[in-house]
Amino acid sequence: MENLIALLVAAPLLGAAVLLCGGRRLDRYGHLLGTVLAAASFVIGAVLFFDMLGRGAEERALYQTLFAWVPVEGFQANIAFQLDQLSMTFVLLISGVGTLIHVYSIGYMEHDERRRRFFGYLNLFLAAMLLLVLADNYLLLYFGWEGVGLASYLLIGFWQHKPSAATAAKKAFLVNRVGDIGLSIAIMLMFTTFGTFTFGPVFQELDGAGEGTLNAIALMLLLAACGKSAQVPLQSWLGDAMEGPTPVSALIHAATMVTAGVYLITRSGAIFNAAPDAQLVVVVVGAVTLLFGAIVGCAKDDIKKALAGSTMSQIGYMVLAAGLGPIGYVFAIMHLVTHGFFKAGLFLGAGSVMHAMNDEVDMRKYGGLRKYMPVTFVTFGLGYLAIIGFPGLSGFWSKDKIIEAAFAKGGAEGWILGAVTLLGAGITAYYMTRVMLMTFFGEKRWQPAPAADAATDVEPSADHHPGELPHPHESPKSMTVPMIVLAFGSVFAGALFSFNSSFVHWLEPVTRFEHGHPPVGAAVITTATVVVLLIGAGIAYAQYGRKPVPVTAPRGSLLTRAARRDLLQDDFNHVVLVRGGEHLTRSLVYLDHSLVDGVVNGTAASVGGLSGRLRKLQNGFARSYALSMFGGTAVLIAATLLMRGV
Amino acid sequence: MSTAAVLSAPAVHSLWTTAAEPVDKIPAPTIEYAQLAPILIVVGAAVLGILLEAFVPRRARYHAQLFLAVVGLAAAFAATVGLAASGHASTQARIAAMGAIAVDGPALFLQGTILLTALVAVFTFAERRLDPAHHGHRVDSFAAEAAAVPGSEHEKSAVKAGFTTTEVFPLALFAVAGMLVFPAANDLLTLFIALEVFSLPLYLLCAVARRKRLMSQEAAVKYFLLGAFSSAFLLFGIALLYGYAGSVSYARIADVVDGAVTDVDPALASTMGNDVLLLIGFALLLTGLLFKVGAVPFHMWTPDVYQGAPTPVTGFTAAATKVAAFGAMLRLLYVVLPGLTWDWRPVMWGVAIVTMLGGAVVAITQTDIKRLLAYSSIAHAGFILAGVIAATPEGVSSVLFYLAAYSFVTIGAFAVVTLVRDAGGEATHLSQWAGLGRRSPLVAAVFAVFLLAFAGIPLTSGFSGKFAVFKAAAEGGAGALVVVGVIASAIAAFFYIRVIVLMFFSEPKPEGPTVAVPSPLTMTAIGVGVAVTLVLGLAPQYFLDLAGSAGTFVR
Repeated sequence: MENLIALLVAAPLLGAAVLLCGGRRLDRYGHLLGTVLAAASFVIGAVLFFDMLGRGAEERALYQTLFAWVPVEGFQANIAFQLDQLSMTFVLLISGVGTLIHVYSIGYMEHDERRRRFFGYLNLFLAAMLLLVLADNYLLLYFGWEGVGLASYLLIGFWQHKPSAATAAKKAFLVNRVGDIGLSIAIMLMFTTFGTFTFGPVFQELDGAGEGTLNAIALMLLLAACGKSAQVPLQSWLGDAMEGPTPVSALIHAATMVTAGVYLITRSGAIFNAAPDAQLVVVVVGAVTLLFGAIVGCAKDDIKKALAGSTMSQIGYMVLAAGLGPIGYVFAIMHLVTHGFFKAGLFLGAGSVMHAMNDEVDMRKYGGLRKYMPVTFVTFGLGYLAIIGFPGLSGFWSKDKIIEAAFAKGGAEGWILGAVTLLGAGITAYYMTRVMLMTFFGEKRWQPAPAADAATDVEPSADHHPGELPHPHESPKSMTVPMIVLAFGSVFAGALFSFNSSFVHWLEPVTRFEHGHPPVGAAVITTATVVVLLIGAGIAYAQYGRKPVPVTAPRGSLLTRAARRDLLQDDFNHVVLVRGGEHLTRSLVYLDHSLVDGVVNGTAASVGGLSGRLRKLQNGFARSYALSMFGGTAVLIAATLLMRGV
Repeated sequence: MSTAAVLSAPAVHSLWTTAAEPVDKIPAPTIEYAQLAPILIVVGAAVLGILLEAFVPRRARYHAQLFLAVVGLAAAFAATVGLAASGHASTQARIAAMGAIAVDGPALFLQGTILLTALVAVFTFAERRLDPAHHGHRVDSFAAEAAAVPGSEHEKSAVKAGFTTTEVFPLALFAVAGMLVFPAANDLLTLFIALEVFSLPLYLLCAVARRKRLMSQEAAVKYFLLGAFSSAFLLFGIALLYGYAGSVSYARIADVVDGAVTDVDPALASTMGNDVLLLIGFALLLTGLLFKVGAVPFHMWTPDVYQGAPTPVTGFTAAATKVAAFGAMLRLLYVVLPGLTWDWRPVMWGVAIVTMLGGAVVAITQTDIKRLLAYSSIAHAGFILAGVIAATPEGVSSVLFYLAAYSFVTIGAFAVVTLVRDAGGEATHLSQWAGLGRRSPLVAAVFAVFLLAFAGIPLTSGFSGKFAVFKAAAEGGAGALVVVGVIASAIAAFFYIRVIVLMFFSEPKPEGPTVAVPSPLTMTAIGVGVAVTLVLGLAPQYFLDLAGSAGTFVR
């Protein structure tokens, strides 16, 4: 069975290779090939899953070593896989959602002449992401980590003719570099501390390392997670990443890649458990991001950017849960999976709406779409109910557990975290209700499509008729079917996972689990959650349901304006990092010119001068040469005798 | 035996008394012809070459001499390989010719290197297409008639008649024969004879340039004077060592040094075992060898001779002499004087340091490409000395490898120098090389490869060699020397790279030199140089192993 593991990665990798190297002759079938290989990966994953279910909880992990990558004495880097319950969860999520989004993209990208390349990149992403979650050591994980970064870069900038897309891709890449540095430093620290970077041995030898070292490793891992998962302070790239095609936003920037940070923290749980200081930082990062993303999501009129803020916020929940230690890991992953369903569904719904509305993304120019796009409306609506945590749907089960775990942290911390998570739930309900109302309810605020111009930010589409009002229509089957499937997940996954605590039992052998004991009863917390979400939704209804929505955004309060600018994150980065960097560069250049060059040139000049003087000894007279030899011999003899002391 | 006058009186007495013994007590000498085949073949070819010069018609001489030289050298190389293959490099190593010549791993490795180097050099000697034909006769790098006074009527008529100096081939063969014996010599007299046998033809070869004849003759005279001077030192050293040990045999001297000999020759009772004689004799001997390798401060002849000699001869001298002389030095230090390591190492440290730094520093301000390469060869002598100083078997094999690598780079580099010409012959001033890479990218690229190898950049043989030598030196306890070596390499890299920059990134001069299209002979020489440089750089392991297995001296 374990021999199948490599195939999980190999199938999409083969697809990427064929599609990207195959050339134009594959244009007609390329997208189908890519989809089939993604599905193949899912099927293999499912086979392995059922095989895994057939074994006892502690014997479920499978290992496969393909070959020794860098076989050097004292430095063993293997291409080796580890498929345990945690990896299995991710494999099914990645390949499952991935396959659905491949199917969706067949319709969505139908009119794009570079569709084959798009599917090649998607396959590349799947391969890298599966490698990331299947690696049995940090070095191979790093390989996958960089691979998804590359795929993300390529896909955000897929419409590279748009300067905004190219810039967004570059921004995502650069910000991710900062996080990647953290991961590489963490790996180096591990190697110097433990002499290995394979998961098992590292986690077993933690006792031998000082807490300072462990904190350093954990904080570097957290930095990596922040970069990949768009957590404060490395969150600035995610909003811009929405420049990529919507399926990409759904797959990479909502369901899978951005959750890699949560995977990293959970996988390294043993390290974090031994580094309580770093764990506290994880919780703080999660809590801050949770509110940060939610506030940004409230102010955005661009439907994808509102959803991106929401993604940031939901991952904040997961990171917070992962930072709580063994009482939270399972719920972090559970929320990750349910979020994968409903957020992918919401993004696909958003894509469907944009597809119908001349690629308009401003929600103020939507309105009343529920009649025209019933399937999209229903699936989006179910996703909406799931994300706000409507009782009974997926998000309710997973988010409620995180809120409980936050309270169970205990002491003042517990109360603060609990309050933050509750508040977050309320804000989530607010901004999601706002999105729902602005898009599907109210009056039509449709605007004529802008004039077609290659340079404008318009996604290529066959339905694009400049100057006309849009004619919204339901999307083709290839797009609606994946949305329906994801809606099922949004509705039932949470209940399924919570039934009989099945998800907890499933993951417990890997992440360990402790029951948290909140200071108040679980029922109280659940009630409070429901109340808070009703309040949030109610406020949104009062603002956007009962009053007409203006087509041009009102000026808004100071907070609103700041939130529209992503809470000034780019301004902060520009002032502190860009300007600071420029100043640093300038002073370094000055130093280089004056000091380093001075020393170098001075050395060169003095060596040159010495050379010029020595050269004069070579005067061309055989007699001086002979004298030099004679003197040399005398010195040689004297030195020899001196050495012996004769 | 006039030089024997410098020997101390008892020594002379002893020699006389030995010679006065009854005749029937002299044992008949035994010569192992098979084991000496490489040397004998080359000597035979050289003698045959003299006969050809006397009896073959003038117009057929060039081809006959070239054929003879190539066949002789190739046959000698085959014989060397045969000896090595039959175990003479390892288990069958022995001392032949009545104790005069060693046939062992280092000797065979160095002889093979010298023979291959000489073979390639002979190709460059024979090149006749670089200059336009004179009076319908093709000309090579050598004077029409070396004895004619430069600029005289006699010279003009010789040129008009199409004379060529085909004697260079037998002269080169004699030099090669001497070089083959030099690193294999197992007693001091053989060492001295070999030194003279290879030096005298080289002095002559330096004098026979066809262009810039006065400069060439000046170089030859300087080389001869200083060479004779150094030979005198060497010979004096031999005499003192004889006085110390009562023998010129390496093994016997080593035994005396180790204190293993108790029977004292009564005629030498007053000097034998006197350490002052040993140390002074050793220092003088070393002087003679350091002169040949061009180590500071015995290097002053190098730039003048390299510049003045015909360029093919320069390449041959630079490459083969270094191999032979370092071979002899290794044998002397490792076979004769291992018991004296603590005496010679500090001295050699000093020599190595000033040689590395001196060569590299002075090269910076050179403006002539041949002089630049001369100083580069001085710096390289310093690097090789670092390997010699290691005083370990690894040191020996690293030096062997370095010599093989270095000699092919050198011959190739000088062969490229012969190609860049203007109306006055070779254009050796650096300013004339500006922009060469634009006009002749291939030639410039090839030269760049050689320069990178000189500089010791990875993927070239220069790197493998330098790495091996420095590694051996560091492991042999000469870490500080390695630091100096690396600093010197950094300085040296400057002027190598400067030439590359000059060739590729400067504007060509409008009146600049042209690159002659050579015959297959020079192309072969350059091609072999590039091939060896790259092979030893990319896959050095086989040759490192070869040098490693050849690192044991017979005693």
